[in-house]
Amino acid sequence: MDKKENTTGMMSCPLPISDYDAITMAHGGGGKMMNNLIEKMIMHYLSNNMTSEKHDGAVFNVEGHRLAFTTDSYVVNPVFFPGGNIGELAVYGTVNDLSMCGAKPLYLSLGLILEEGFLIKDLEKIIISIRDACERTGTQIITGDTKVVDKGKGDGIFINTAGIGIVREDINISPSRVEEGDVIIVNGDIGRHGIAIMTTRENLDIESTILSDCAPLNHVVQKLIDAGIGIHCLRDLTRGGLGSSVNEIASQSQYEIEIEEKSIHVLEEVRGVCEILGFDPIYVANEGRFIAIVKKEDAGKTLEILKKEDDGKYASIIGAVKGKNKKGLVTLKNLMGSNRILDMLSGEQLPRIC
Amino acid sequence: MKYLDEYRDSDKAKLLVDAIHKKVTKKWSIMEICGGQTHSIVKYGIDDLISQNINLIHGPGCPVCVTPIEKIDKAIEIASKANVIFCSFGDMLRVPGSNTDLLKLKAVGSDVRIVYSPVDAVQIAKQNPDKEVVFFAVGFETTAPPNAQAVFIAHQQGVMNFSVLVSHVLVPPAIKAILDSKNNLVQGFLAAGHVCTVMGYKEYEEIVSKYKIPIVVTGFEPVDILQGILMCVSQLEEGRHEAENQYSRVVTREGNAKAMEVMYEVFEICERKWRGIGEIKESGFRLKEKYSDYDAELKFGVVNYSVEESGECISGLILQGIKKPVDCPVFGTKCNPEHPFGATMVSTEGACSAYYLYKEKKL
Repeated sequence: MDKKENTTGMMSCPLPISDYDAITMAHGGGGKMMNNLIEKMIMHYLSNNMTSEKHDGAVFNVEGHRLAFTTDSYVVNPVFFPGGNIGELAVYGTVNDLSMCGAKPLYLSLGLILEEGFLIKDLEKIIISIRDACERTGTQIITGDTKVVDKGKGDGIFINTAGIGIVREDINISPSRVEEGDVIIVNGDIGRHGIAIMTTRENLDIESTILSDCAPLNHVVQKLIDAGIGIHCLRDLTRGGLGSSVNEIASQSQYEIEIEEKSIHVLEEVRGVCEILGFDPIYVANEGRFIAIVKKEDAGKTLEILKKEDDGKYASIIGAVKGKNKKGLVTLKNLMGSNRILDMLSGEQLPRIC
Repeated sequence: MKYLDEYRDSDKAKLLVDAIHKKVTKKWSIMEICGGQTHSIVKYGIDDLISQNINLIHGPGCPVCVTPIEKIDKAIEIASKANVIFCSFGDMLRVPGSNTDLLKLKAVGSDVRIVYSPVDAVQIAKQNPDKEVVFFAVGFETTAPPNAQAVFIAHQQGVMNFSVLVSHVLVPPAIKAILDSKNNLVQGFLAAGHVCTVMGYKEYEEIVSKYKIPIVVTGFEPVDILQGILMCVSQLEEGRHEAENQYSRVVTREGNAKAMEVMYEVFEICERKWRGIGEIKESGFRLKEKYSDYDAELKFGVVNYSVEESGECISGLILQGIKKPVDCPVFGTKCNPEHPFGATMVSTEGACSAYYLYKEKKL
């Protein structure tokens, strides 16, 4: 029996307490540490037959209807960033999670946690952009909650949204559908959101024109579904970026995935900032990017649809699903033509010394 | 992107790989000094592309890796104090001391901040006159001038609530220590391009003639590194030993005089302990007496510390090229980037960390 259990009479924490006795920022960074926290602590206590799918949302039946349900919290700082604000992000983020389940998003809840002193005019701007984002996505806020915390106990504003969508009976999009030979397609250039946020942080003296890619994905996913594309899996590339999302799918589906570096597009400005900070754009967050894992024969048609989108100029086929692999290996064919491991991000990317 | 794309061009790289193959007739061991070069070599698979006859040894040029554990403990003790704002370059925050690291300290309430320039830390000190602001001045000759500049500015402007915890190290004494070691395997060096941007490569001329060993100042992109290897192998095959400059788009023989001026105004050479290696004579910088008011060790009384390294870690042997990361029994198992045992696993530029990140699952 575990020593700790013996002496305290309590169940020992499944996360090794000696390593982390407090939450660090890396536990929310979208990489290995966050996955460990979810797997070893949250899922350890709360898993059930609905959570085992490990998707962006849960899909379930209610009296003959297939519904998708998801939730997400938004703590972005700064609240207003180049290319968007926390309000539209809170709508698009949840709408996108539903879209990744193949659902048509319908209704959202809105939970606001406001810090004492937050400006009313800023709140109004945020609420207006939430309204506009709902219009753009064809969703409605139908319930909500507002709380205010003491000055210093929040960061201006935190938002939580939950969303419900409906899934067509014939649609089954999930990591478990991934098959050998499937093709992986991304809907545009990567890394813009993370770098747009980074460059506005007050202690980083970089001027740039980079705008967040923050955008809703429900309409484009609907176009893929309507075109009859054989979609096996979809995943938005938020925290942890493309690198972490591909790793999640590889490990959930237990297939090897090979990505080709030269087919991934990164804007010059984004690359420049990444070079200065020592970041790898493959792990930088996006808010309007996703990968579609589709049947090989549908790759061309998928790419054609994605490229027609307003921000889809750089959509491209970036890789393929190889054979079964229990470890969920992801390899990257780099610019020199040799293969290397593309691991999940460990902790947060930190600016390096030199 | 100019100065990057052309140095990541696979066609140019292939030409260089072919040229290296043609040149090499026997086995050679070449050490790349800098962790940034190690990272590129493993990331781009350069070690897999070039001839089996070339053994690339990953050198000690990662400032995060070689900062001694007691210095991290000092940083943690200072950062734990209630009135301190502790500023550091980002990648130092993850490095474990004896019991914890700066990121975990931040998580339990200490004011630990990432800064991108040491001069920003002086600014923070000016904005927070009731706090003590400490900057963790770590690095090789590359970061010494900006770190010196921060102290110089604080001194000039009379900012007395600013100080630095200095752990600077220097490349040439480390090269000499490696060459003087009875276990030395290194037959040629790729010198660190950015260190030479500041220092030039005049100081390597004495080393090449004394030790009869080629040194090629080399950049960090794959084409740079392959060209550096080709230049080094050419010297070895032809029996030459010269200080050559591959990174001529940035580096001059004389270096950056202005940067060196402020560096020597503030710092003086001292003995320095390297994590995984030990004490090396005249291999570091400390603040000059004139700037002792800015010495965080004196200000906070954290002078004498002695810490034992993990007995299972073989980073000292890896840093000398005697062992590869995969030779270590705890590599990738008990020792990994989340739980590093020693120097070469703590930063992404360390050899063990680079192997773990890009090669681990292939093993």
